[in-house]
Amino acid sequence: MMKKLLKLSAIATLATATLATAGTLDDVKKAGVLKCGVNTGLPGFSEADSKGQWRGLDVDYCRALAAVVLGDASKVKYVPLNAKERFTALQSGEIDVLSRNTTDTETRDTSLGINFTGVMYYDGQGFMVPKALGVKSAKELDGATVCIQAGTTTELNLADYFRANGMKFKAITFDTNDQVTKAFVSGRCDVLTTDASGLYATRTKLANPDKYVVLPEIISKEPLAPAVRHGDDQWFDIAKWTRNALLTAEEKGLTMANVDDAKAKSTDPETRRLLGVEGDMCKNVGLDKECFYRAIKQVGNYGEIFERNVGVNTPLKIERGLNALWTKGGLQYSPPFR
Amino acid sequence: MAVYPPKQAKEPPLLERGPIAWVRHNLLSSPFNIIFTLLGIAILYMIIPPFVKWAILDAHFVGNSKADCAGGGACWIFIRAKLNMFLYGFYPHDQLWRPKVVIGTILALGAFAKFVPGLHRLKLALIVLYPVFAFILLHGGLFGLPLVETAKWGGLLLTLVIATVGIVLSFPIGILLALGRQSKLPIIKSLSVFYIEFVRGVPLITVLFMASVVLPLFFPEGVNFDKLARALIGITLFEAAYVAENIRSGFQAIPKGQYEAADALGLGYWQKMALVILPQAIKVTIPNLVGTFISLFKDTSLVMIIGLFDLLSMVTVTANDRDWLGMDTEGYVFAAFIFWIFTFSMSMYSKRLEKKLNTDKGK
Repeated sequence: MMKKLLKLSAIATLATATLATAGTLDDVKKAGVLKCGVNTGLPGFSEADSKGQWRGLDVDYCRALAAVVLGDASKVKYVPLNAKERFTALQSGEIDVLSRNTTDTETRDTSLGINFTGVMYYDGQGFMVPKALGVKSAKELDGATVCIQAGTTTELNLADYFRANGMKFKAITFDTNDQVTKAFVSGRCDVLTTDASGLYATRTKLANPDKYVVLPEIISKEPLAPAVRHGDDQWFDIAKWTRNALLTAEEKGLTMANVDDAKAKSTDPETRRLLGVEGDMCKNVGLDKECFYRAIKQVGNYGEIFERNVGVNTPLKIERGLNALWTKGGLQYSPPFR
Repeated sequence: MAVYPPKQAKEPPLLERGPIAWVRHNLLSSPFNIIFTLLGIAILYMIIPPFVKWAILDAHFVGNSKADCAGGGACWIFIRAKLNMFLYGFYPHDQLWRPKVVIGTILALGAFAKFVPGLHRLKLALIVLYPVFAFILLHGGLFGLPLVETAKWGGLLLTLVIATVGIVLSFPIGILLALGRQSKLPIIKSLSVFYIEFVRGVPLITVLFMASVVLPLFFPEGVNFDKLARALIGITLFEAAYVAENIRSGFQAIPKGQYEAADALGLGYWQKMALVILPQAIKVTIPNLVGTFISLFKDTSLVMIIGLFDLLSMVTVTANDRDWLGMDTEGYVFAAFIFWIFTFSMSMYSKRLEKKLNTDKGK
């Protein structure tokens, strides 16, 4: 029975994947609204404020894409999805883009009928310890007791890391994230490990956030990227270059505040191309020249999005780290607008 | 002739009456009971004072942000700040008058039905019209009301919508299934039995999951059944099987003489069922039915796994707001309290209904 069902769903997946080659861009334009799959609740990435408005880093990507395609960042319909539904929702056309802290992996990219557009946040597994422990690096954790959530890749990464560094550890596993946190606070373990973005969110939940420190080492690669359906290259290009435009805008120092000024006065050729003053950057994908200008004007550049949602002035207090621009020692890098 | 006025009976000895006796008889009647009493007191002592301290004494009631909740104790400010989210989910905040009117109307209708005697036709018509009215008002898109997709319905509103629709629709379907299972027509009987046994053999969560994740794969792209409609159909069909079994147990409690008496009166099948058997069978099964409906009410929170936001899932959503991180406990306590109010009222109502319908008063 189960096998048959799997087969059926696989066939259905293939069928939808091939059907999906038709123009998403036209559909979105016709609907006048971008359907964006987001997380049901992940602090800083996708969360609802007290008025029920969605905000966060993943949400802002969708707003930027809506600004590019529809000219209005507010024309987004958010579809909150859990981890299990997310790929089906994309395959079945329930959403146009999946911006839900999803790790780009080979299997997902090749076998699920989806394409990842470009990394919006470089996440990875990290460690949090009480400051009182005096530990400055994960390399000093030999013999530590570690709290982890059962059934996640976290467990395997942890074992790999400690073995590779010739260290010993004792793992205590729990079912839910809350249990892990409680155990850590009550002192049952020295170290709490999960994805770094999650560590920062957990830290703000603690009674005394300042008593805990996140160690600098990141022991796994979790590049979180938006995804679109496989087979619609035009839509893929738009989604991909929207992200690149946000990065380039930061590189060129274009912000929500000064982008109008730069559009009028800038002499930098790439800036002028990005903002649609010269060249025809968006034409090839079927949009007007000012498409990226609108995203920057309405949503801001990547740095603004990052700082507004997860940066050091937010409760999450996440440093740029790997997510700094390549010019500042990070990994965020956009191909040129040329 | 000597007269013996009746003597006043002596009061029982002090130790055999009043609260002291109650304590002795109920709490301290044997060494075992003494141990259990002490254990009970110890457990209550461990639970209640800390809870009261957390929920009331140390709690924060005044303020507008998480910063006003420094120190221990519950942060009820969070509940106040997010109240609209808990009650209405993502329903647009400038349109909140609509669900409020819908809820106000049902309360008014209930009062009307209870306190105004007679007018049965009008009452029936209102009951039939109400769901249409409620749907149009909530969903909009007609009469100049802005459209509010069902995906935006949430919180307690969604819980109530799912529970009400589930209860109201599963009841008649359940009756039909129960009748089908009792039927002498082999096809109807075997279909009913198959349906009931099949549905009862599958967890509700699977039904919802199939409806939400697997079903869309079979539709052509772009054809999207409303998610809430899918959930409602799933829950209704699921509950109907349970209702059917409850009612069947009622059938079995009816003495054979009742069937025979109805036959002897010359009633046809439907008359017999509607006028003689069903009223009695349903009366017998009220406690079971209400049990099923209470569990349905609580099961509504399973829609969380298909991305609908009922009251319980709104706790997760609101507690993930970066400005209010770490408020899960307050949210869950609040949700538990609301659930308790509703389920408790349901069981109180069923008790009253049982008393009202109890016709063999002598026993």
